Amino acid sequence: MLRFATRRLALALLVALTVSAISFFLLRLSGDIAIALAGEGARDIDIEAIRAQYGLDRPLLFQYGEWLLQVLGGDLGTSLFFRTSVGALVLDKLPVTLILGISSLLFALLISIPLGVLAAIYRNTWIDRLALSIAVVGQALPNFFFALILVMIFSIGLRWLPVSGSGSWQNFVMPTIALGYYVAPAFMRLVRAGMVEVLSADYIRTARAKGLSRRSVIVKHALRNAVVPVVSLSAVQLGYLLGGSVVIETIFALDGLGFLAYESITQKDFPVTQAVVMLLSVFYVLLTFVGDLVNAWLDPRIRVA
Amino acid sequence: MTESTAFAAVAMPSAGARLRRRVFGHKSLVFGASLLAVIVLVALLAPLIAPYDPYAQNLLARTQPPVWYEAGTWAHPLGTDNLGRDYLSRMIYGARISLVIGFSVMVISGLIGTTMGLLAGYFGGTVDLVVTFLVTTRLAMPVILVALAIVAILGGSLLVVVLVLGFLKWDRFAVVMRSATQQVRSQDYVAAAQAAGASTPRILFGEVLPNVFAQLVVVATLEAASAILLEAALSFLGLGVQPPLPSWGLMISEAKAYMFFSFWLIAIPGTALALLILAINLAGDGLRDIVAPEGRE
Repeated sequence: MLRFATRRLALALLVALTVSAISFFLLRLSGDIAIALAGEGARDIDIEAIRAQYGLDRPLLFQYGEWLLQVLGGDLGTSLFFRTSVGALVLDKLPVTLILGISSLLFALLISIPLGVLAAIYRNTWIDRLALSIAVVGQALPNFFFALILVMIFSIGLRWLPVSGSGSWQNFVMPTIALGYYVAPAFMRLVRAGMVEVLSADYIRTARAKGLSRRSVIVKHALRNAVVPVVSLSAVQLGYLLGGSVVIETIFALDGLGFLAYESITQKDFPVTQAVVMLLSVFYVLLTFVGDLVNAWLDPRIRVA
Repeated sequence: MTESTAFAAVAMPSAGARLRRRVFGHKSLVFGASLLAVIVLVALLAPLIAPYDPYAQNLLARTQPPVWYEAGTWAHPLGTDNLGRDYLSRMIYGARISLVIGFSVMVISGLIGTTMGLLAGYFGGTVDLVVTFLVTTRLAMPVILVALAIVAILGGSLLVVVLVLGFLKWDRFAVVMRSATQQVRSQDYVAAAQAAGASTPRILFGEVLPNVFAQLVVVATLEAASAILLEAALSFLGLGVQPPLPSWGLMISEAKAYMFFSFWLIAIPGTALALLILAINLAGDGLRDIVAPEGRE
C-alpha cells in the first residue's frame, strides 16, 4: 500500500509541476505583458521601464523558476486589474465555488442514486426506460441553456429566486441544479450497472434465501457494494464541477473562482487566470490522488496494478 | 461457390444481413441517426432552403415572434432577432457551424489521441508511461477555462475555436484506443504479422487499427457532441465564434438581454442544440451496443 501511495504521489506531483509550467508559458507566450501592464497609449519608454521593473526582460525559463518559487512560498503575484494580492483574492472567492461544487455534487448524487437503484431493481421495465430517458435528455441539454430556463421559471415566472448575486442561500439554488444535473447521468449509469451486477451475486441470493426482507437486502447488502465506484467517480466529478463553475457562476454572477476567472480572462489579468487554472488543476490532482487511495484501500486488487 | 457455403447461406442469414437487422432493430440508434441525417441535410442545403440571407438586417421588422404566437406571421416562421434578421435562416446556417466544429475537432483530436493510444497500447513500457502521464496532465487542466484563456489571447474565430478544442480534447481518444490496442496486441494475427516481418507502421495501421476501428467510431461520435457543446458554451460566454456568425451558442448569448419578453429567442437555438446533441449521443450509444454486445445486459 505504501509503495502504491508513493508512486501515485510522485505522479501527482509531476503532473502538478507540468500543469504549472504549461499555464505559465501559455499566458507568457500570448503577448507582451509589459504592453498590457502599461495600458493603452503608453510610450515605448514606459513599456521599457515596466519591462525592467517586473524583470520581464530576463529569460523565460528564469522567470518561470522565480514564479514557481514564489508560488511555493504562497505568493501568487499581484492582480493587474484589482491591484491586490492574487492569493488573497483567490482565497476570498474560493468558499463560494467550494460550496457550489459540493452542493452540486450532493444534488447529483441525490437524484442519481435513487434513480439508478430503481432502474436496476425494475430492470427492463418502464421505470428503467424512464430513468434512462432522463439521463439521455439530461446529457443533451447545454447547461447554460438549462440555467436560463431555470431563471425564466423560478425568477421571472414564479419570482421565487433571485436572478444573480451570492448573498444568501437562495442564490445557490439554481446554480446548484444547473451545474449538478449534468453529472447525474454518469452516476446513474454507474449505480445502475453496479446494482445489476451485485443483485445477481451469490451473497445476495443467500441473503434472500435466509429470509431477509427485500428492502434490507437492497439497502444493506447490495447498495453498499454498488456504491463503491461512486466514491472515486465523485472525486473526479468534483474536479470537473469546479472547472465547470466558470459558465454557471458567470450566468448567475455568483462571486466565486469561476466568475473571477472569467473576469480575469476578459480583462487580460493574467496572474489571476494563471492562479485559478493552477489551483483547479492542483485540486483535481489532489482529488484523483485521494480517490485512487480510497479505491486501493477498498479493493486490494488495485494496489498491484 | 462450394456446396457447404451454399448450404450455410440457406441455413442462416449472412453476416451482413445480421448486422443490418441489429442496426435497424435498434430503435434509439435509428432515431438518433435519422435526426442527425436531417440536421446534416439541412446544413448542406442551407443556401437552397433558407428563406432569407442570415445576415440581412431589417430594422423595420425587429424581434417579431414566431408563427405560433398571435403576432407571428408566415413571412418569418421562427420570427426575427433584435436586428430584424430572419431567425429560421440563421438557425439553418447555424447548423453548419455546429457540425463543422464537431467534425473538425473530432478529426484533429482523433488523430492526436488515436496515435498516442495506438503507440502506448502497442509498445507499452516507457511509451505507455509517457502517454499515461500526458493524459493525466491534460485531464488535470480545466478545459473550459484553458480554452477561454487561449481564445481570449488569440482572438475568437471559427478556426481558433476548432484548433484550441482539437488540441485540448484528445484525452478520451487516447484512453480508449490505448486499452483497445492492448487487447488486440496479443492476438494471433498481430503475432503472425510480426513473424512475417511486417514493419511496425504496417502492423499498426494494417492490423491493429482496423480491429479497434469500431471503438474509435464510438468515441469519435461522443467527442463530436462534446466539442459542439463546448463551442456553444465558449460562444455563449463571448469568447468563441464572433458576431455576426449565426452560432447557436452565440445566438443564445445575444438573446439574453431580451429573455424577459422574447424567451423564444433563447428557446429555439437551445432546443436545436439539445436535439443535435441528443441525436449524436443516441447514435453513439447505439453504435456502442452494436459494436460491443457484451456491454448490454
